[in-house]
Amino acid sequence: MKKLNKSFWIGIVFAMVLYGVIQILLTTGIFDDVMESTLILICINVMLAVSLNLINGITGQFSIGHAGFMSIGAYVSAILTLNFDVPFVLALVISGLVAALFGVLIGIPTLRLNGDYLAIATLGFGEIIRIVLLNTEYVGGASGLSGIPTQTTWTIMFLFTLVTVVVINNFINSSHGRACIAIRENEIAAEAMGINTTLYKIIAFALGALFAGIAGGLSAHKFYVINPGSFNFLKSFEILVMVVLGGLGSTSGAIVGAIVLTVLFTVLQEYPELRMIIYSAILILMMIFRPKGLLGSTGFSFKKFAKKEAKPSDSINS
Amino acid sequence: MEYFIQQLINGISVGSIYALIALGYTMVYGIIKLINFAHGDVFMVGSFIGLFSAKYFASVGFPPVIVLILSLVISMTVSALLGITIERLAYKPLRRASRIAVLITAIGVSFLLEYTGVYLLGPQAKGFPEIINKHQFQLFGSSVQVDSNQMMTLGTTVVLMIILQYIVHRTKIGKAMRAVSFDMEAAQLMGINVDRTISATFAIGSALAAAAGVIFGMTYNAVDPMMGVLPGLKAFVAAVLGGIGSIPGALVGGLLLGTVETEISSLGYSSWRDGVAFAILILILIFKPSGLFGKNVREKV
Repeated sequence: MKKLNKSFWIGIVFAMVLYGVIQILLTTGIFDDVMESTLILICINVMLAVSLNLINGITGQFSIGHAGFMSIGAYVSAILTLNFDVPFVLALVISGLVAALFGVLIGIPTLRLNGDYLAIATLGFGEIIRIVLLNTEYVGGASGLSGIPTQTTWTIMFLFTLVTVVVINNFINSSHGRACIAIRENEIAAEAMGINTTLYKIIAFALGALFAGIAGGLSAHKFYVINPGSFNFLKSFEILVMVVLGGLGSTSGAIVGAIVLTVLFTVLQEYPELRMIIYSAILILMMIFRPKGLLGSTGFSFKKFAKKEAKPSDSINS
Repeated sequence: MEYFIQQLINGISVGSIYALIALGYTMVYGIIKLINFAHGDVFMVGSFIGLFSAKYFASVGFPPVIVLILSLVISMTVSALLGITIERLAYKPLRRASRIAVLITAIGVSFLLEYTGVYLLGPQAKGFPEIINKHQFQLFGSSVQVDSNQMMTLGTTVVLMIILQYIVHRTKIGKAMRAVSFDMEAAQLMGINVDRTISATFAIGSALAAAAGVIFGMTYNAVDPMMGVLPGLKAFVAAVLGGIGSIPGALVGGLLLGTVETEISSLGYSSWRDGVAFAILILILIFKPSGLFGKNVREKV
């Protein structure tokens, strides 16, 4: 327990130093506005990838409707700040909670399914959310909402990303997290060991949806406009590629995947087709040649600095 | 009433396309338990090949019926080869991997085909040549209309379905398919070449999708690289509705889904059409995952 705390604090200190360095670079003008936008985009994607990894990589419930939760967060927070003058941070928290509620609502019926049936059901739910938004006049239909105040700053963004990573990482390393991993490895055996599998699946779903919702709210308040089209299957796919690239089941992998793909995204901005071809080629080649991802599922851990052996890798072999 | 019947006929015509695509899903799922996400894009490729060959043969000056048959055959053959290639390159190395890994690969292949299409052909829709001129027929002296295209759609679907039934139930390769889908390891022990059987399944499924692609092009007169996404997903819904793994189920599921969709559009809720399809999917998955014709398989520890 003490060792875990030590590695935890080393991680926090590292994050603070990282924040400080970037903040200095931003205030001295070495990093321009474009760079700041890229950094914010990276943080949004890190939040999405880490939260999807909790559902897909840790609990082993293959969800491809993550953009749906993101869209709920984006719309709820945008309506709260636009129509009800709710303070930004409060709106974000509420939007996260609403998304989590949807996570539970969707989770309860669909989590009885497994494997590819669950995947297709989450895809269906993601699409239904999009179609409902598309047909609701109150949220602007196909044209969506615009004029959302751009309140997402680098500091707020970094703070929320840090909270996401810390909360999800601590969840994974707790007994609850181990229960989730047990479900991934063998659901029937986990159930036989007394783990309430449905409960843990729903917790994982709700927690993942919560942070995806907040990430959605943050991105809505960064990019000024939202419309249903920006939360389609493609977006879910993008998040999935990040998680797979970094290694399913590894939080650090998800972070690295998100950073690498966001940078790639910005570099290839002028060639959108090429970008998608590269994305899909990455996905196929990773699955065939390196299914554990760039980092494998152990990944990088601050425990090494706390002089503790890295724990044995939790491979995905179910 | 006449309006209802009119929509029913339109629905059956749309449903035939879904049914043809759904067959590929259901056959592949029956054999290797994989939702082949790339199937909708094989449908797209088939449609484009149909487009190019129809243009070519029409410019050479063949009579319309010959043009239609030639483009159907060419598009089906090329797509069958494409299906085999996809299986060999992307899915075969993962035969022993987890099902999720194969599923992710399938999503990857799907996007690869789509965006290679966008890259090569451009994102805008291309007009599909009118191979056979449309004729309207009045049914029984009422105002219900059937056009020649709809009749051809249903005709082609029925003919292909009969051929498929014959292949699956009367030929050696069909017997091998049924054996592999029943128990892959036992089939292998009995001397069945499993890899060849799986390839044959992909070839047949892709050929049917290509036929659906050509019919789709003739019905809607426009094709684009992203056109496979929605029909692909809906055909999957149809396959689940009918009971995945069951060939008659795919046909019934496709026709049913097509009819429901057209009726909903005709009631003025066309923007909700896709949502209803997915709602059907989720309801079926929750309440009767084995579908209308599926077998109930109990999970063993």
